[in-house]
Amino acid sequence: MKQYLLSVHGTHGAPLPPQDVMQQVFADVEKVNQEMREQGSWVFAGGLTDPGDATVVRADRGEILLTDGPYVETKEQIGGFWIIRARDLDEALAWAGKATLACRAPVEVRPFQDEAED
Amino acid sequence: MTGPDEVARVYRQEYGRCVATLVRVLGDIDLAEEAVQEAFATAVEKWPGTGLPPNPGAWIVTTARNKAIDRLRREAARDDKHAQAALLHQPAEPKEVGPVRDDQLRLIFTCCHPSLAPAAQVALTLRLLGGLETPEIARAFLVPEATMAQRIVRAKRKIKDAGIPYRIPAEAELPRRLPPVLAVLYLIFNEGYAASSGDDLVRADLCAEAIRLTRELAGLMPDEAEVAGLLALLLLTESRRPARTGPDGALVLLPDQDRSRWDQALIADGQALVRACLRRNQPGPYQIQAAIAAVHSDAPTGADTDWSQILALYDQLIVVAPTPVVALNRAVAVAERHGPAAGLAELDRLDLPGYHLFHATRADLLSRLGRSAEAARAYERALELATNATERAFLAGRLAGATRRQAEPEE
Repeated sequence: MKQYLLSVHGTHGAPLPPQDVMQQVFADVEKVNQEMREQGSWVFAGGLTDPGDATVVRADRGEILLTDGPYVETKEQIGGFWIIRARDLDEALAWAGKATLACRAPVEVRPFQDEAED
Repeated sequence: MTGPDEVARVYRQEYGRCVATLVRVLGDIDLAEEAVQEAFATAVEKWPGTGLPPNPGAWIVTTARNKAIDRLRREAARDDKHAQAALLHQPAEPKEVGPVRDDQLRLIFTCCHPSLAPAAQVALTLRLLGGLETPEIARAFLVPEATMAQRIVRAKRKIKDAGIPYRIPAEAELPRRLPPVLAVLYLIFNEGYAASSGDDLVRADLCAEAIRLTRELAGLMPDEAEVAGLLALLLLTESRRPARTGPDGALVLLPDQDRSRWDQALIADGQALVRACLRRNQPGPYQIQAAIAAVHSDAPTGADTDWSQILALYDQLIVVAPTPVVALNRAVAVAERHGPAAGLAELDRLDLPGYHLFHATRADLLSRLGRSAEAARAYERALELATNATERAFLAGRLAGATRRQAEPEE
Protein backbone atom coordinates (compact mmCIF):
# COMPACT_ATOMS: atom_id res chain seq x y z
CA MET A 1 0.00 0.00 0.00
CA LYS A 2 1.15 3.51 -0.78
CA GLN A 3 0.20 6.71 0.98
CA TYR A 4 -0.98 9.82 -0.79
CA LEU A 5 -1.53 13.43 0.21
CA LEU A 6 -4.77 14.88 -1.17
CA SER A 7 -4.54 18.62 -0.69
CA VAL A 8 -7.43 20.99 -1.28
CA HIS A 9 -6.56 24.17 -3.11
CA GLY A 10 -8.50 27.34 -2.58
CA THR A 11 -8.18 31.00 -3.50
CA HIS A 12 -7.04 33.07 -0.54
CA GLY A 13 -9.37 35.99 0.10
CA ALA A 14 -12.19 34.65 -2.08
CA PRO A 15 -15.58 35.25 -0.42
CA LEU A 16 -16.89 32.22 1.49
CA PRO A 17 -19.99 30.55 0.06
CA PRO A 18 -23.25 31.18 1.91
CA GLN A 19 -23.78 29.37 5.22
CA ASP A 20 -26.18 26.74 3.83
CA VAL A 21 -23.69 25.81 1.07
CA MET A 22 -20.89 25.54 3.66
CA GLN A 23 -23.05 23.24 5.77
CA GLN A 24 -23.60 21.04 2.74
CA VAL A 25 -19.84 20.99 2.00
CA PHE A 26 -19.08 19.91 5.58
CA ALA A 27 -21.72 17.17 5.36
CA ASP A 28 -20.40 15.92 2.01
CA VAL A 29 -16.79 15.92 3.21
CA GLU A 30 -17.79 13.99 6.32
CA LYS A 31 -19.52 11.45 4.09
CA VAL A 32 -16.27 10.95 2.10
CA ASN A 33 -14.31 10.63 5.38
CA GLN A 34 -16.74 8.00 6.57
CA GLU A 35 -16.45 6.05 3.32
CA MET A 36 -12.64 6.23 3.52
CA ARG A 37 -12.71 4.87 7.06
CA GLU A 38 -15.00 2.00 6.06
CA GLN A 39 -12.69 1.06 3.16
CA GLY A 40 -9.60 1.25 5.34
CA SER A 41 -8.17 4.09 3.24
CA TRP A 42 -8.40 6.89 5.82
CA VAL A 43 -5.19 7.89 7.59
CA PHE A 44 -5.80 11.51 8.54
CA ALA A 45 -7.75 14.54 7.35
CA GLY A 46 -8.30 18.08 8.44
CA GLY A 47 -9.28 21.56 7.36
CA LEU A 48 -6.94 24.49 7.94
CA THR A 49 -7.77 27.99 9.18
CA ASP A 50 -7.02 31.13 7.14
CA PRO A 51 -3.45 31.24 5.67
CA GLY A 52 -3.09 34.58 7.46
CA ASP A 53 -2.99 32.59 10.70
CA ALA A 54 0.25 30.91 9.62
CA THR A 55 3.67 31.58 11.17
CA VAL A 56 6.85 30.62 9.32
CA VAL A 57 9.76 29.40 11.43
CA ARG A 58 13.28 29.35 9.99
CA ALA A 59 16.80 29.00 11.31
CA ASP A 60 19.48 31.55 10.49
CA ARG A 61 22.93 30.49 11.75
CA GLY A 62 21.33 28.65 14.63
CA GLU A 63 19.01 31.57 15.41
CA ILE A 64 15.27 30.80 15.17
CA LEU A 65 13.37 33.50 13.27
CA LEU A 66 9.59 33.87 13.07
CA THR A 67 7.58 35.59 10.34
CA ASP A 68 3.89 36.35 10.37
CA GLY A 69 1.85 34.93 7.47
CA PRO A 70 2.22 32.05 4.99
CA TYR A 71 5.57 30.90 3.52
CA VAL A 72 4.64 31.99 -0.02
CA GLU A 73 2.28 34.91 -0.55
CA THR A 74 0.20 33.48 -3.40
CA LYS A 75 -3.50 33.54 -4.06
CA GLU A 76 -3.62 29.74 -4.14
CA GLN A 77 -3.33 28.30 -0.64
CA ILE A 78 -4.00 24.87 0.84
CA GLY A 79 -7.29 24.88 2.71
CA GLY A 80 -7.22 21.32 4.00
CA PHE A 81 -5.97 17.86 3.21
CA TRP A 82 -6.38 14.12 3.47
CA ILE A 83 -3.73 11.48 3.91
CA ILE A 84 -4.93 8.19 2.51
CA ARG A 85 -3.70 4.66 1.92
CA ALA A 86 -4.28 3.30 -1.59
CA ARG A 87 -3.24 0.31 -3.64
CA ASP A 88 -2.11 2.50 -6.57
CA LEU A 89 -2.59 5.90 -8.20
CA ASP A 90 -5.91 4.92 -9.78
CA GLU A 91 -7.39 4.19 -6.37
CA ALA A 92 -6.00 7.50 -5.01
CA LEU A 93 -7.42 9.37 -8.03
CA ALA A 94 -10.83 7.82 -7.44
CA TRP A 95 -10.80 9.15 -3.85
CA ALA A 96 -9.61 12.54 -5.13
CA GLY A 97 -12.59 12.59 -7.48
CA LYS A 98 -14.98 12.11 -4.55
CA ALA A 99 -12.99 14.63 -2.51
CA THR A 100 -13.14 17.39 -5.14
CA LEU A 101 -16.90 16.92 -5.57
CA ALA A 102 -17.42 17.09 -1.80
CA CYS A 103 -15.27 20.16 -1.09
CA ARG A 104 -16.00 21.99 -4.39
CA ALA A 105 -12.34 22.83 -4.97
CA PRO A 106 -9.41 21.32 -6.93
CA VAL A 107 -7.56 18.52 -5.16
CA GLU A 108 -3.87 17.77 -5.76
CA VAL A 109 -2.73 14.16 -5.39
CA ARG A 110 0.87 13.59 -4.29
CA PRO A 111 2.44 10.28 -3.38
CA PHE A 112 4.49 9.98 -0.21
CA GLN A 113 8.00 8.56 -0.53
CA ASP A 114 7.96 4.84 0.11
CA GLU A 115 8.67 3.89 3.68
CA ALA A 116 11.86 1.90 4.19
CA GLU A 117 11.20 -1.80 3.65
CA ASP A 118 11.95 -3.98 6.62
CA MET B 1 21.79 -17.39 -42.12
CA THR B 2 20.52 -14.84 -39.63
CA GLY B 3 21.88 -11.41 -40.56
CA PRO B 4 21.59 -8.03 -38.86
CA ASP B 5 18.44 -7.24 -40.91
CA GLU B 6 16.70 -10.30 -39.51
CA VAL B 7 17.63 -9.34 -35.92
CA ALA B 8 16.45 -5.76 -36.61
CA ARG B 9 13.13 -7.11 -37.88
CA VAL B 10 12.66 -9.27 -34.77
CA TYR B 11 13.66 -6.28 -32.62
CA ARG B 12 11.03 -4.03 -34.22
CA GLN B 13 8.36 -6.70 -33.89
CA GLU B 14 9.15 -8.15 -30.47
CA TYR B 15 10.78 -5.34 -28.45
CA GLY B 16 7.58 -3.85 -27.03
CA ARG B 17 6.03 -7.25 -26.31
CA CYS B 18 9.15 -8.44 -24.48
CA VAL B 19 9.52 -5.23 -22.44
CA ALA B 20 5.83 -5.43 -21.51
CA THR B 21 6.18 -8.97 -20.18
CA LEU B 22 9.44 -8.21 -18.37
CA VAL B 23 7.86 -5.18 -16.69
CA ARG B 24 5.27 -7.52 -15.18
CA VAL B 25 7.81 -10.19 -14.24
CA LEU B 26 10.34 -7.77 -12.72
CA GLY B 27 7.96 -5.03 -11.55
CA ASP B 28 10.29 -2.31 -12.81
CA ILE B 29 10.43 -0.53 -16.19
CA ASP B 30 14.14 0.37 -16.20
CA LEU B 31 15.15 -3.13 -15.17
CA ALA B 32 12.92 -4.59 -17.91
CA GLU B 33 14.36 -2.32 -20.62
CA GLU B 34 17.96 -3.07 -19.66
CA ALA B 35 17.31 -6.80 -19.57
CA VAL B 36 15.63 -6.84 -23.00
CA GLN B 37 18.43 -4.74 -24.52
CA GLU B 38 21.02 -7.12 -23.05
CA ALA B 39 19.12 -10.10 -24.45
CA PHE B 40 19.07 -8.55 -27.94
CA ALA B 41 22.81 -7.82 -27.65
CA THR B 42 23.31 -11.54 -26.97
CA ALA B 43 21.03 -12.40 -29.90
CA VAL B 44 23.17 -10.29 -32.25
CA GLU B 45 26.18 -12.41 -31.24
CA LYS B 46 24.51 -15.81 -31.19
CA TRP B 47 21.84 -15.93 -33.88
CA PRO B 48 24.19 -15.62 -36.88
CA GLY B 49 25.76 -18.90 -35.70
CA THR B 50 22.77 -20.79 -34.34
CA GLY B 51 20.12 -19.46 -36.71
CA LEU B 52 16.86 -17.82 -35.63
CA PRO B 53 15.24 -19.66 -32.69
CA PRO B 54 11.77 -21.13 -33.44
CA ASN B 55 10.11 -18.52 -31.21
CA PRO B 56 12.41 -15.45 -31.10
CA GLY B 57 10.11 -13.53 -28.71
CA ALA B 58 10.15 -16.36 -26.16
CA TRP B 59 13.94 -16.66 -26.52
CA ILE B 60 14.36 -12.93 -25.80
CA VAL B 61 11.99 -12.99 -22.82
CA THR B 62 13.67 -16.04 -21.28
CA THR B 63 17.18 -14.69 -21.89
CA ALA B 64 16.24 -11.25 -20.55
CA ARG B 65 14.63 -12.75 -17.49
CA ASN B 66 17.66 -14.93 -16.72
CA LYS B 67 19.98 -11.95 -17.17
CA ALA B 68 17.87 -9.83 -14.85
CA ILE B 69 17.80 -12.57 -12.23
CA ASP B 70 21.58 -13.03 -12.48
CA ARG B 71 22.05 -9.34 -11.98
CA LEU B 72 19.66 -9.27 -9.03
CA ARG B 73 21.58 -12.18 -7.46
CA ARG B 74 24.89 -10.35 -7.90
CA GLU B 75 23.43 -7.22 -6.35
CA ALA B 76 21.78 -9.18 -3.56
CA ALA B 77 25.16 -10.72 -2.75
CA ARG B 78 26.41 -7.15 -2.24
CA ASP B 79 23.69 -6.69 0.37
CA ASP B 80 21.32 -4.65 -1.82
CA LYS B 81 17.95 -4.77 -0.10
CA HIS B 82 15.95 -3.92 -3.23
CA ALA B 83 17.55 -6.73 -5.19
CA GLN B 84 16.88 -9.17 -2.36
CA ALA B 85 13.24 -8.11 -2.22
CA ALA B 86 12.82 -8.50 -6.00
CA LEU B 87 14.41 -11.95 -5.88
CA LEU B 88 11.86 -13.11 -3.36
CA HIS B 89 9.28 -12.96 -6.12
CA GLN B 90 11.33 -15.16 -8.47
CA PRO B 91 10.87 -18.94 -8.62
CA ALA B 92 14.11 -20.85 -7.96
CA GLU B 93 14.45 -22.40 -11.43
CA PRO B 94 13.72 -20.12 -14.36
CA LYS B 95 11.34 -21.83 -16.74
CA GLU B 96 10.67 -21.17 -20.42
CA VAL B 97 8.43 -18.10 -20.70
CA GLY B 98 7.27 -16.05 -23.67
CA PRO B 99 5.66 -12.65 -24.17
CA VAL B 100 2.12 -12.51 -22.77
CA ARG B 101 -0.33 -10.67 -25.02
CA ASP B 102 -2.16 -8.92 -22.18
CA ASP B 103 1.11 -7.44 -20.93
CA GLN B 104 1.27 -5.18 -23.97
CA LEU B 105 -2.20 -3.86 -23.18
CA ARG B 106 -1.16 -3.26 -19.59
CA LEU B 107 1.91 -1.36 -20.74
CA ILE B 108 0.06 0.83 -23.25
CA PHE B 109 -2.52 1.81 -20.62
CA THR B 110 0.33 2.63 -18.23
CA CYS B 111 2.15 4.72 -20.86
CA CYS B 112 -1.06 6.58 -21.77
CA HIS B 113 -2.30 7.09 -18.21
CA PRO B 114 -4.27 10.36 -17.98
CA SER B 115 -2.05 11.57 -15.13
CA LEU B 116 0.84 11.83 -17.63
CA ALA B 117 0.99 14.81 -20.02
CA PRO B 118 0.20 13.92 -23.65
CA ALA B 119 3.78 14.67 -24.75
CA ALA B 120 5.04 12.24 -22.10
CA GLN B 121 2.48 9.61 -23.15
CA VAL B 122 3.66 9.78 -26.76
CA ALA B 123 7.34 9.61 -25.83
CA LEU B 124 6.88 6.65 -23.48
CA THR B 125 4.73 4.73 -25.96
CA LEU B 126 7.34 5.12 -28.71
CA ARG B 127 10.18 4.26 -26.33
CA LEU B 128 8.71 1.28 -24.50
CA LEU B 129 6.30 -0.23 -27.03
CA GLY B 130 7.95 0.93 -30.26
CA GLY B 131 11.52 0.36 -29.10
CA LEU B 132 12.58 3.68 -30.66
CA GLU B 133 15.76 5.20 -29.26
CA THR B 134 15.48 8.51 -27.42
CA PRO B 135 17.43 10.45 -30.13
CA GLU B 136 15.04 9.11 -32.80
CA ILE B 137 12.00 10.27 -30.81
CA ALA B 138 13.62 13.65 -30.17
CA ARG B 139 14.30 14.10 -33.92
CA ALA B 140 10.75 13.11 -34.84
CA PHE B 141 9.24 15.68 -32.47
CA LEU B 142 11.87 18.36 -33.06
CA VAL B 143 12.94 18.72 -29.48
CA PRO B 144 16.53 18.63 -28.21
CA GLU B 145 17.68 15.14 -27.26
CA ALA B 146 18.29 16.21 -23.66
CA THR B 147 14.72 17.50 -23.39
CA MET B 148 13.29 14.23 -24.69
CA ALA B 149 15.54 12.16 -22.42
CA GLN B 150 14.44 14.27 -19.46
CA ARG B 151 10.77 13.85 -20.45
CA ILE B 152 11.09 10.06 -20.58
CA VAL B 153 13.04 9.82 -17.32
CA ARG B 154 10.53 12.05 -15.56
CA ALA B 155 7.54 10.03 -16.84
CA LYS B 156 9.11 6.74 -15.78
CA ARG B 157 9.86 8.19 -12.36
CA LYS B 158 6.27 9.32 -11.98
CA ILE B 159 4.98 5.85 -12.89
CA LYS B 160 7.13 4.38 -10.14
CA ASP B 161 6.77 7.06 -7.44
CA ALA B 162 3.08 7.80 -7.91
CA GLY B 163 2.14 4.15 -8.30
CA ILE B 164 0.58 4.37 -11.77
CA PRO B 165 -0.80 0.84 -12.06
CA TYR B 166 0.29 -1.78 -14.58
CA ARG B 167 -3.18 -3.03 -15.26
CA ILE B 168 -5.82 -3.24 -17.98
CA PRO B 169 -8.62 -0.86 -16.92
CA ALA B 170 -11.93 -2.40 -15.96
CA GLU B 171 -14.75 -2.31 -18.53
CA ALA B 172 -16.39 0.61 -16.69
CA GLU B 173 -13.19 2.69 -16.88
CA LEU B 174 -12.57 2.11 -20.60
CA PRO B 175 -14.67 5.02 -21.92
CA ARG B 176 -12.30 7.34 -20.00
CA ARG B 177 -9.07 5.39 -20.44
CA LEU B 178 -9.20 4.28 -24.08
CA PRO B 179 -9.46 7.74 -25.76
CA PRO B 180 -6.00 8.92 -24.58
CA VAL B 181 -4.49 5.68 -25.94
CA LEU B 182 -6.13 6.23 -29.34
CA ALA B 183 -5.14 9.92 -29.28
CA VAL B 184 -1.49 8.96 -28.72
CA LEU B 185 -1.51 6.52 -31.64
CA TYR B 186 -3.24 9.07 -33.91
CA LEU B 187 -0.78 11.77 -32.88
CA ILE B 188 2.20 9.52 -33.66
CA PHE B 189 0.71 8.81 -37.08
CA ASN B 190 -0.05 12.46 -37.81
CA GLU B 191 3.40 13.58 -36.78
CA GLY B 192 4.71 11.10 -39.35
CA TYR B 193 2.18 12.04 -42.02
CA ALA B 194 2.42 15.82 -41.75
CA ALA B 195 5.61 16.27 -39.76
CA SER B 196 6.29 19.78 -38.56
CA SER B 197 9.54 19.22 -40.48
CA GLY B 198 12.35 16.67 -40.49
CA ASP B 199 13.54 14.13 -43.06
CA ASP B 200 11.18 11.84 -44.93
CA LEU B 201 12.54 8.58 -43.54
CA VAL B 202 11.81 9.34 -39.91
CA ARG B 203 8.32 10.46 -40.89
CA ALA B 204 7.42 7.26 -42.75
CA ASP B 205 8.81 5.32 -39.80
CA LEU B 206 6.41 7.02 -37.38
CA CYS B 207 3.41 6.22 -39.62
CA ALA B 208 4.44 2.58 -39.88
CA GLU B 209 4.95 2.38 -36.11
CA ALA B 210 1.54 3.96 -35.39
CA ILE B 211 -0.15 1.50 -37.76
CA ARG B 212 1.72 -1.46 -36.27
CA LEU B 213 0.77 -0.49 -32.69
CA THR B 214 -2.85 0.22 -33.66
CA ARG B 215 -3.05 -3.15 -35.41
CA GLU B 216 -1.73 -4.83 -32.26
CA LEU B 217 -4.27 -2.94 -30.15
CA ALA B 218 -7.11 -3.91 -32.51
CA GLY B 219 -6.04 -7.54 -32.15
CA LEU B 220 -5.94 -7.22 -28.35
CA MET B 221 -9.29 -5.38 -28.05
CA PRO B 222 -11.45 -6.85 -30.83
CA ASP B 223 -14.66 -5.64 -29.16
CA GLU B 224 -13.74 -1.94 -29.25
CA ALA B 225 -15.22 -0.44 -32.42
CA GLU B 226 -13.22 2.79 -32.11
CA VAL B 227 -9.91 0.90 -32.17
CA ALA B 228 -10.96 -0.71 -35.47
CA GLY B 229 -12.14 2.73 -36.63
CA LEU B 230 -8.75 4.28 -35.89
CA LEU B 231 -6.94 1.45 -37.69
CA ALA B 232 -9.19 1.93 -40.74
CA LEU B 233 -8.57 5.68 -40.68
CA LEU B 234 -4.80 5.22 -40.53
CA LEU B 235 -4.77 2.62 -43.34
CA LEU B 236 -6.97 4.74 -45.64
CA THR B 237 -4.89 7.86 -44.96
CA GLU B 238 -1.64 5.96 -45.46
CA SER B 239 -2.97 4.57 -48.79
CA ARG B 240 -2.74 8.08 -50.29
CA ARG B 241 0.84 8.73 -49.25
CA PRO B 242 2.41 7.81 -52.63
CA ALA B 243 0.16 10.35 -54.40
CA ARG B 244 0.55 13.06 -51.79
CA THR B 245 3.77 14.46 -53.21
CA GLY B 246 4.71 14.97 -56.86
CA PRO B 247 7.98 13.80 -58.49
CA ASP B 248 9.66 17.02 -57.28
CA GLY B 249 8.52 16.39 -53.69
CA ALA B 250 5.86 19.13 -53.88
CA LEU B 251 2.56 18.70 -52.02
CA VAL B 252 -0.41 17.49 -54.11
CA LEU B 253 -3.88 18.09 -52.63
CA LEU B 254 -6.55 15.38 -52.58
CA PRO B 255 -8.57 16.60 -55.60
CA ASP B 256 -5.42 16.75 -57.76
CA GLN B 257 -3.84 13.45 -56.71
CA ASP B 258 -3.05 10.74 -59.25
CA ARG B 259 -5.37 8.11 -57.81
CA SER B 260 -3.68 5.30 -59.68
CA ARG B 261 -0.85 5.79 -57.19
CA TRP B 262 -3.08 5.08 -54.19
CA ASP B 263 -2.24 1.81 -52.43
CA GLN B 264 -5.16 -0.45 -53.29
CA ALA B 265 -4.25 -3.15 -50.76
CA LEU B 266 -4.39 -0.65 -47.90
CA ILE B 267 -7.68 0.74 -49.26
CA ALA B 268 -9.21 -2.76 -49.36
CA ASP B 269 -8.09 -3.41 -45.75
CA GLY B 270 -9.40 -0.04 -44.57
CA GLN B 271 -12.73 -0.35 -46.36
CA ALA B 272 -13.32 -3.85 -44.99
CA LEU B 273 -12.76 -2.48 -41.48
CA VAL B 274 -15.16 0.42 -42.12
CA ARG B 275 -17.86 -2.01 -43.31
CA ALA B 276 -17.36 -4.14 -40.20
CA CYS B 277 -17.68 -0.99 -38.05
CA LEU B 278 -20.93 -0.01 -39.80
CA ARG B 279 -22.38 -3.46 -39.07
CA ARG B 280 -21.50 -3.01 -35.38
CA ASN B 281 -23.36 0.29 -35.29
CA GLN B 282 -21.51 1.87 -32.36
CA PRO B 283 -20.32 5.02 -34.15
CA GLY B 284 -17.53 7.16 -32.73
CA PRO B 285 -15.26 9.92 -34.03
CA TYR B 286 -12.54 7.66 -35.47
CA GLN B 287 -15.03 5.40 -37.24
CA ILE B 288 -16.80 8.38 -38.82
CA GLN B 289 -13.51 9.87 -40.00
CA ALA B 290 -12.60 6.46 -41.42
CA ALA B 291 -15.96 6.35 -43.22
CA ILE B 292 -15.21 9.77 -44.74
CA ALA B 293 -11.81 8.53 -45.91
CA ALA B 294 -13.52 5.42 -47.34
CA VAL B 295 -15.91 7.56 -49.41
CA HIS B 296 -12.91 9.44 -50.86
CA SER B 297 -11.15 6.18 -51.66
CA ASP B 298 -14.26 4.99 -53.55
CA ALA B 299 -14.09 7.81 -56.11
CA PRO B 300 -12.03 7.00 -59.24
CA THR B 301 -11.48 10.77 -59.78
CA GLY B 302 -11.87 13.82 -57.57
CA ALA B 303 -14.94 14.86 -59.59
CA ASP B 304 -16.64 11.52 -58.78
CA THR B 305 -16.50 12.18 -55.02
CA ASP B 306 -19.85 11.66 -53.29
CA TRP B 307 -19.82 14.99 -51.41
CA SER B 308 -23.38 14.69 -50.13
CA GLN B 309 -22.41 11.50 -48.29
CA ILE B 310 -19.24 13.12 -46.98
CA LEU B 311 -21.20 16.16 -45.76
CA ALA B 312 -23.72 13.85 -44.04
CA LEU B 313 -20.81 12.11 -42.27
CA TYR B 314 -19.33 15.47 -41.20
CA ASP B 315 -22.74 16.42 -39.80
CA GLN B 316 -22.50 13.27 -37.64
CA LEU B 317 -18.88 13.90 -36.74
CA ILE B 318 -19.45 17.45 -35.54
CA VAL B 319 -22.02 16.14 -33.05
CA VAL B 320 -19.61 13.65 -31.44
CA ALA B 321 -16.45 15.75 -31.92
CA PRO B 322 -17.42 19.44 -31.98
CA THR B 323 -13.92 20.82 -32.55
CA PRO B 324 -12.99 23.83 -34.72
CA VAL B 325 -10.82 21.62 -36.95
CA VAL B 326 -13.76 19.28 -37.67
CA ALA B 327 -15.86 22.37 -38.42
CA LEU B 328 -13.15 23.55 -40.84
CA ASN B 329 -13.22 20.23 -42.70
CA ARG B 330 -17.00 20.29 -42.72
CA ALA B 331 -16.87 23.77 -44.31
CA VAL B 332 -14.74 22.28 -47.11
CA ALA B 333 -17.42 19.62 -47.68
CA VAL B 334 -20.11 22.34 -47.69
CA ALA B 335 -18.12 24.24 -50.34
CA GLU B 336 -17.89 21.13 -52.53
CA ARG B 337 -21.56 20.28 -52.11
CA HIS B 338 -23.17 23.76 -52.16
CA GLY B 339 -20.49 25.99 -53.70
CA PRO B 340 -17.56 28.09 -52.42
CA ALA B 341 -19.78 30.95 -51.16
CA ALA B 342 -21.68 28.59 -48.82
CA GLY B 343 -18.37 27.08 -47.66
CA LEU B 344 -16.92 30.53 -46.99
CA ALA B 345 -19.97 31.51 -44.93
CA GLU B 346 -19.41 28.41 -42.74
CA LEU B 347 -15.71 29.16 -42.48
CA ASP B 348 -16.15 32.78 -41.42
CA ARG B 349 -18.11 31.60 -38.39
CA LEU B 350 -15.05 29.75 -37.05
CA ASP B 351 -12.42 31.08 -34.69
CA LEU B 352 -9.12 29.57 -35.81
CA PRO B 353 -6.85 32.60 -36.36
CA GLY B 354 -3.64 30.72 -35.51
CA TYR B 355 -4.19 27.66 -37.74
CA HIS B 356 -2.50 27.86 -41.15
CA LEU B 357 -4.99 25.49 -42.80
CA PHE B 358 -7.88 27.80 -41.84
CA HIS B 359 -6.28 30.63 -43.83
CA ALA B 360 -5.22 28.29 -46.66
CA THR B 361 -8.78 26.94 -47.00
CA ARG B 362 -10.22 30.45 -46.86
CA ALA B 363 -7.74 31.59 -49.51
CA ASP B 364 -8.72 28.71 -51.78
CA LEU B 365 -12.46 29.50 -51.49
CA LEU B 366 -11.83 33.22 -52.03
CA SER B 367 -9.83 32.58 -55.15
CA ARG B 368 -12.55 30.25 -56.48
CA LEU B 369 -14.95 33.16 -55.97
CA GLY B 370 -12.63 35.41 -58.01
CA ARG B 371 -11.72 37.52 -54.95
CA SER B 372 -7.99 37.36 -55.73
CA ALA B 373 -6.83 40.28 -53.57
CA GLU B 374 -8.44 38.80 -50.44
CA ALA B 375 -7.18 35.34 -51.43
CA ALA B 376 -3.62 36.65 -51.66
CA ARG B 377 -3.89 38.17 -48.18
CA ALA B 378 -5.20 34.88 -46.76
CA TYR B 379 -2.37 32.91 -48.45
CA GLU B 380 0.11 35.36 -46.93
CA ARG B 381 -1.35 34.74 -43.48
CA ALA B 382 -1.25 30.95 -44.01
CA LEU B 383 2.37 31.19 -45.12
CA GLU B 384 3.28 33.15 -41.98
CA LEU B 385 1.85 30.35 -39.81
CA ALA B 386 2.95 27.21 -41.71
CA THR B 387 6.17 25.51 -40.55
CA ASN B 388 6.44 22.44 -42.79
CA ALA B 389 8.73 23.10 -45.79
CA THR B 390 6.58 21.16 -48.31
CA GLU B 391 3.42 22.95 -47.20
CA ARG B 392 5.19 26.31 -47.32
CA ALA B 393 6.37 25.69 -50.88
CA PHE B 394 2.81 24.79 -51.87
CA LEU B 395 1.34 27.92 -50.25
CA ALA B 396 4.01 30.15 -51.80
CA GLY B 397 3.04 28.79 -55.24
CA ARG B 398 -0.64 29.47 -54.57
CA LEU B 399 0.14 32.97 -53.30
CA ALA B 400 2.10 33.75 -56.48
CA GLY B 401 -0.90 32.56 -58.55
CA ALA B 402 -3.36 34.71 -56.62
CA THR B 403 -1.08 37.74 -56.85
CA ARG B 404 -0.77 37.24 -60.64
CA ARG B 405 -4.54 37.02 -61.09
CA GLN B 406 -4.98 40.10 -58.94
CA ALA B 407 -2.81 42.04 -61.41
CA GLU B 408 -4.81 40.80 -64.41
CA PRO B 409 -7.87 42.84 -65.40
CA GLU B 410 -11.15 41.22 -64.27
CA GLU B 411 -13.29 39.81 -67.09
